[in-house]
Amino acid sequence: MSNGAHDMGGMDGFGKVELEPNEPVFHAAWEGRVLALQRAMSYAGAWNIDMSRAAQEGLSPQAYLTASYYRRWALAMERNVLNRGLASADELAAGHALHPAKTLKRKLTPDIVKSGLTRGSFYRPSQAPARFAPGNRVRAKNIHPKTHTRLPRYVRGHVGVIERLHGCHVFPDTVAIDQGENPQWLYTVVFESRELWGDDADPMLKISIDAFEPYLEPA
Amino acid sequence: MAVHKHDDHQHEHGSELSEMQLRVRALETILTEKGYVDSVALDAVIEAFETKIGPHNGARVVAKAWTDPAFKRALLEDGSKTVGTLGHVSRVGDHLVVVENTSQRHNMVVCTLCSCYPWEMLGLPPVWYKSAPYRSRVVKDPRGVLADFGVTLPKDIEIRVWDSTAETRFLVLPMRPAGTEGWSEERLAELITRDSMIGTGLVKKPAGAA
Repeated sequence: MSNGAHDMGGMDGFGKVELEPNEPVFHAAWEGRVLALQRAMSYAGAWNIDMSRAAQEGLSPQAYLTASYYRRWALAMERNVLNRGLASADELAAGHALHPAKTLKRKLTPDIVKSGLTRGSFYRPSQAPARFAPGNRVRAKNIHPKTHTRLPRYVRGHVGVIERLHGCHVFPDTVAIDQGENPQWLYTVVFESRELWGDDADPMLKISIDAFEPYLEPA
Repeated sequence: MAVHKHDDHQHEHGSELSEMQLRVRALETILTEKGYVDSVALDAVIEAFETKIGPHNGARVVAKAWTDPAFKRALLEDGSKTVGTLGHVSRVGDHLVVVENTSQRHNMVVCTLCSCYPWEMLGLPPVWYKSAPYRSRVVKDPRGVLADFGVTLPKDIEIRVWDSTAETRFLVLPMRPAGTEGWSEERLAELITRDSMIGTGLVKKPAGAA
C-alpha cells in the first residue's frame, strides 16, 4: 500500500516526542516472542522484509495508528501466514495446527542464533550501468503505486541532488509482490528544506532519502 | 497507544491473559507444531537482544574512531567493512553508513516509513524512534524534535536528516568532547549515549571538564 498511514514524514498533529527513561527492551514478554518469530520466519524464507512491511502498510489507517509497534508486527505476521498458505484461519482460531505444514527452505536453530545473527545482504549484481552520478540533479517521480514502495510521499515531485551511490540492491517494489528481486541502483538523494517545505522552512536543514533508480528522473 | 507494563504478568487478582498474549501464543504454537520455528531458538533470539546487542556496540566503534584517525577515515569510507575488523561487533551486515557530526553539521537519523535502525550497533530502537511524533516531525522540524530531547543547537549549524528508506542503516559519529585528551577508548565509550548516535542527543560532558 503506497499512500498509507505509515508514510508519515511531514504530517502534523502527533504532538511531542515522548521519552521513556530506562526503557526496557520489551514492555511485555509477548513482544519478544513476536520479534523472535518474525526473525525465525524470515530466516526460514517464509517471507521477506518488504512483504512484512507491506502487510503492515495494508492495515487500515485507523488500525495502523492505534496499534502498538509489536501489535502491528503480530497483525502483519498473521496476514502473511494466511496469505502465504502457511496456516489457515481455522488454525489461528483454534490455536493449534490442524493441517499439514508447507516446506520452508531452512529453520532457525539455537546453534545458529548463538553463533551470531548476521543481517542478510541486499547487494545484487547490476543489470545495467548506473544512470546517475553524484552531483546530478534528479526529480523524485510523482508516482502513487497501489502496492508497496519505499519512495515517501513528501519527496515526490521534488528536485534533489545525488550525493552517494550505494551499489545495486534488491528492489522492494517488486520483491514485496512476488515479482522478483529486480536489482536496482540505490542512491542517497539530498533535498533542500525549502524545496520540500516551502519558503518558511529552516534554511539550515537538508533531508536525504535513499532512492532506487526507478524512483528518479533527470531534472 | 498506552503501554501496559504489566501486561504479561499474572496479576495477584487472577491470571487473565491479554488479547495479545493469547494471540501471539496461538501463532507461536501453530508455527512450532508445523515445524517452521524452534521455540528454543526464539528464546535465544530474545536473550541476544536483551543481553548482548545494544548501544555499547556502537559506543565502542565511536570511541575507536575518536582515538584512531586511520580507523575513522576507513569507517566513514566503508562502515560495514571497517566495523567488521573489530571482531565481536562484526555481524553488522553489508549496509552500515557512518555519518560524522562536525562544528558545522549535525546529523539525525529517522525511518519515516517504518522503523529501520542499526540494530547491530544500537540494539532495538526505543519506542519514541518508532512513534508517529518522531517519524512525522523530524524531517520537517528537527529543531523542534531536538527541543523535546532538551537539546538546542546554534541556528547556524546545518542539520542533515537521513531518512532510512532502503536497507542502508545510518550511525551518527558524534563529536569528541573537549577535555578528554589522552582518555582510553573504554573511558571515552562511557560518554557515548545511544541518542548521540541517532542524533537526538549529544554525548555526555566529561566529568571535571569545563
